[in-house]
Amino acid sequence: MMRRAVLIAVPYFWLMALFLVPFIIVFKVSLSDTALAIPPYVPTLEWRDFRTFLSQLDFENYIWLTQDDLYWKAYLSSLKIAFLSTLMTLAIGYPVAYAMACCPEKWRSTLMMLVILPFWTSFLIRVYAWMGILSNEGFLNQFLLWAGIISTPLTILNTNTAVYIGIVYTYLPFMILPIYATLDRMDASLLEAAEDLGCSRIGAFWLVTVPLSRNGIIAGCFLVFIPALGEFVIPSLLGGSRTLMIGKVLWEEFFNNRDWPVASAVAVVLLLILIIPIMLFQRNQQNQAEAGR
Amino acid sequence: MPEDVFAPWDDPEEKPLIRFQNVTKSFADSIVIDDVSLDIYEREFLALLGPSGCGKTTMMRMLAGFETPTSGRIELSGKNIVPLPANKRAVNMMFQSYALFPHLTVWDNIAFGLKRSKMPKDKIAARVEEMLKLTRLGKFAGRKPHQISGGQRQRVALARSLAKAPKLLLLDEPLGALDAKLRQETQFELVDIQETTGTTFVIVTHDQEEAMTVASRIAVMDEGKLIQVDTPDRIYESPNSVYVADFIGDVNIIEGRARKQGADLYGIDWADGQRLLAVTSERAFTEGQPCHLAIRPEKITISADKPVHADNAVQGKILDIAYLGNLSTYHVELPGGMIIKAQTANTRRMSPRSFTWEDAVWLSWTVTAGILLAE
Amino acid sequence: MMRLSWFNVISLTLGFAFLYLPILILVVFSFNESKLVTVWAGFSTRWYGELLQNQAFLNAAWVTLKVAVFSSTLATILGTMAAYVLVRAGRFPGRTLFSGMVYAPLVMPEVITGLSLLLFFIGIGLDRGILTIVLAHTTFSMCFVSVVVSSRLVTFDRSLEEAALDLGCSPFDAFRLVTLPNIAPAVFAGWLLAFTLSLDDLVIASFTTGPSSTTLPIKIFSAVRLGVSPEINALSTILIAIVTVGIITASLLTKRNALGRGYDKKTVRRGQ
Repeated sequence: MMRRAVLIAVPYFWLMALFLVPFIIVFKVSLSDTALAIPPYVPTLEWRDFRTFLSQLDFENYIWLTQDDLYWKAYLSSLKIAFLSTLMTLAIGYPVAYAMACCPEKWRSTLMMLVILPFWTSFLIRVYAWMGILSNEGFLNQFLLWAGIISTPLTILNTNTAVYIGIVYTYLPFMILPIYATLDRMDASLLEAAEDLGCSRIGAFWLVTVPLSRNGIIAGCFLVFIPALGEFVIPSLLGGSRTLMIGKVLWEEFFNNRDWPVASAVAVVLLLILIIPIMLFQRNQQNQAEAGR
Repeated sequence: MPEDVFAPWDDPEEKPLIRFQNVTKSFADSIVIDDVSLDIYEREFLALLGPSGCGKTTMMRMLAGFETPTSGRIELSGKNIVPLPANKRAVNMMFQSYALFPHLTVWDNIAFGLKRSKMPKDKIAARVEEMLKLTRLGKFAGRKPHQISGGQRQRVALARSLAKAPKLLLLDEPLGALDAKLRQETQFELVDIQETTGTTFVIVTHDQEEAMTVASRIAVMDEGKLIQVDTPDRIYESPNSVYVADFIGDVNIIEGRARKQGADLYGIDWADGQRLLAVTSERAFTEGQPCHLAIRPEKITISADKPVHADNAVQGKILDIAYLGNLSTYHVELPGGMIIKAQTANTRRMSPRSFTWEDAVWLSWTVTAGILLAE
Repeated sequence: MMRLSWFNVISLTLGFAFLYLPILILVVFSFNESKLVTVWAGFSTRWYGELLQNQAFLNAAWVTLKVAVFSSTLATILGTMAAYVLVRAGRFPGRTLFSGMVYAPLVMPEVITGLSLLLFFIGIGLDRGILTIVLAHTTFSMCFVSVVVSSRLVTFDRSLEEAALDLGCSPFDAFRLVTLPNIAPAVFAGWLLAFTLSLDDLVIASFTTGPSSTTLPIKIFSAVRLGVSPEINALSTILIAIVTVGIITASLLTKRNALGRGYDKKTVRRGQ
């Protein structure tokens, strides 16, 4: 019994101290005064009693977020970019996952491996690889010019298009793997049964395969959408000065403007936006875990 | 009581090895074991028998130490073992899935428990060899569990749980994973090993034939309660309830009202305008008490003509015949619509079947063939 | 599962081409003689040589390696504990919060995690440096470890642990002698994942690092912002090679254990 308590307590308190408490601090800093918070000084918000604490509360940073249209435009643009790139990732990932599940048994573990491998290689390097491809004198333009499709180089790097490509590329394995996992578990005789009962192959796909892989699709979409929303590396390397994403705004607020309270307020709002998809994602994972048992 | 019959439960002087005293176990809001008291004696082979969910596995897991009773005591050799954790009990268990450690060889699996008890190395080796010999596994000592057959795995699991020479060995559906033929052979092997080692065995099973074959006593359970604890023959021939009669083997149950006719003799009023059915009963019934007459199909004789000296005889029509090879079971419909099963042994080859569908036949049995049950 | 149609073959080909071509181009051009990264001027290992002369990169690599080794080892211990608690400890007060804290970091944007940890370290007055990066990396990668390990624990026949207890093991011995050898491939995979996550991380490290402890991704990021360079191509190629070799070795090691695991799964299924 003693041992069990220790076993639970160690990871529990670690996560409390280094995951939960830091969020509370972010919240606290976001409510403190900007003027007092000249970096690298700690913004002061002292706990004496409840009333002084309340009087110190300062929603100025949140009001600032609503006044400067940079912020809400950045939130909206992040939501749009994350949403559209999730759809694109699904459109590319589903056929690949489906084709993998159709492959003979002996190839599947190798294909799995091939999907996982890029996921293990550095994210930064994979984003960087596209810089050389998408630039004006990059490989894509060289190829298109050589093939005679275009006559002047396209400007792709430092635009939103490059950001979409970057997100789809780096997050593709997150979409393929959960979908493949559900398709792989699916019983082939279900499709035969559907066809036996008069479905066409395409009908069987829409009526049997897609509903049965629903959990995988949902998991994949959340795994792409949630981190893409707060993405920083991709917009800052592939996007241009006009690419607005909230992760980049937060970073610049923190490192360039050195305005920690505003950066914290940006983080708190982003977290509030993310809470709903994160909770939906966890419920989906729990349902799946229970169904698997 | 003759000396050579093993029946410690009939001896009031005998101290039980295991004693359940008013044990109750509940999970959340459901009661799984309901105030059970049971004595298990040394060298006994006790079978806990019942449908799934009756609580038999919970009984076993409480003995092993994986579940704690909500109330009551469990004694081993007179000491309460409820507070003892599983690893401190002189009780070992053979798991339904065998639970062989996949990363260890057969030899290391068997030695696993011995190594925990700080036994000297040479003694461990000797004991493992002894176990390998007992279970005829010598050739497979160096193999991993996935490299041997299902029957061999079963024997490794048995050897491993016996290696520490426990006072009590628990077997959770030990033969459930084997096919029918291997199962039968293994049942006898299990009895042999139990007799050789002199260990007390408690087996959990839902297979009544298995329980009958291996056990010295059977405890029939239902919904967390012990219904009857008795030797296999008494469970079969003298069940104490309709539930036990119906659960073990095939039985005809005729409902009616008791009419006292003699010292131990009753007549059962079972249908209007029919003769009373005569039956003897040690259990007393009051005049007109509702009762059930349970008769095993093999105790009923089937004949074309009305038998002359039968205690009970009823006429009916053959509805169905099930030919089982060694036996044939006839389903006979009585005038009131009741169906009675009667069994005959097919003792001769090629004998023409004496009855066929729709034949009018007589069924007869003696006064001692059936047993009268209240519920 | 089903028949492999032309459509499937095309999606597989295009899908994998999309995944691998960018990396392939990068690797090929790391051996380019020319300073101009998009024009092929002949094979050369010149950039690898220059890379080895670059003391700043070597220092950063050393810092990164130290951080990765410590944080992944710590994360593996904590993550395995967390997985065991999630799968085996049953109910306890605050279980929902606990599982929430284990799963949330998996999808939490790194900018938020990084910022919150930095403010926390400043709040408790911890000097930023290697220690703070190790703590930060341990926290987010232990969650990945616990997901990997718990998925293996779920399929692991619980009666094996009970058998060990039944044969006289203490709960800790049962874990050490029976559970751990059987979940070892997952624990190792978890360690490897934590290691590469730490090796890759730019955002969290940027927030929690101090002036004296620049990690390799931070160094790469500041170089890359200025544009594509052959030196970075060479460095990327080395990192890709290390990870690829590591992963393939690991998967071969795991495969060797697959037979035993197959047996264990079969008995679980039959046991039900």
